[in-house]
Amino acid sequence: MKIEIRTQDYDPWHEISSYQQQMSPGSYGATAVFVGTMRDFNEGEDVEAMLLEHYPGMTEKQLETLGQQAITQHELLDLLILHRVGEVRPNDPIVLVAAWSAHRKASFDASREVMEKLKSVATFWKKEQLGEGARWVEKNTPG
Amino acid sequence: MHITVKYFASLREQMGREGDILDIEEPIQMTDVWQRVSNNKPLENLLCSRNRQYAQWDELTEDGDEIAFFPPVTGG
Repeated sequence: MKIEIRTQDYDPWHEISSYQQQMSPGSYGATAVFVGTMRDFNEGEDVEAMLLEHYPGMTEKQLETLGQQAITQHELLDLLILHRVGEVRPNDPIVLVAAWSAHRKASFDASREVMEKLKSVATFWKKEQLGEGARWVEKNTPG
Repeated sequence: MHITVKYFASLREQMGREGDILDIEEPIQMTDVWQRVSNNKPLENLLCSRNRQYAQWDELTEDGDEIAFFPPVTGG
């Protein structure tokens, strides 16, 4: 399992293929991937950029815990979670969850579950930069 | 006993500072910590953690604790 909070832009597809190289070929039969990217609109307003903040030391531990739970519960072969902090622009990836398993159900279920837990529990906050002014995002959209 | 208090996101901006250090004589509840640092502001739409784990509002502090207050999370 790999968990990382990134301060720089990343290419999720490159991250997945690069991470897969340390896995034994033929050992997995399913890979489920979720990539969350930044929209340029929210609640009827154009959003130019977003600042993502986290609680260093707490957030990493939360992601480790929920990742380990998903691996155990769904018998995953491996799991990769990346999350951006700092300034992001429209279309930049924010979060990547990739789950590897023998069969599809486990990786589908686990990637969804990890994402929902991450959104409801992990200590990240977003501040949107609008054309005029800025505002903190107060709640996440329902899954 | 000394406890460190941290604020995040919109709350940090409202408080106008990143945190506080409190010197208290005996264990107090998280609600009491909030009242001291905020001058009795109402406890609205806030979460708290103690030593980097979510905490209950009636949980008691211990010497050396790192307490944090923050708004609901919005990651992902």
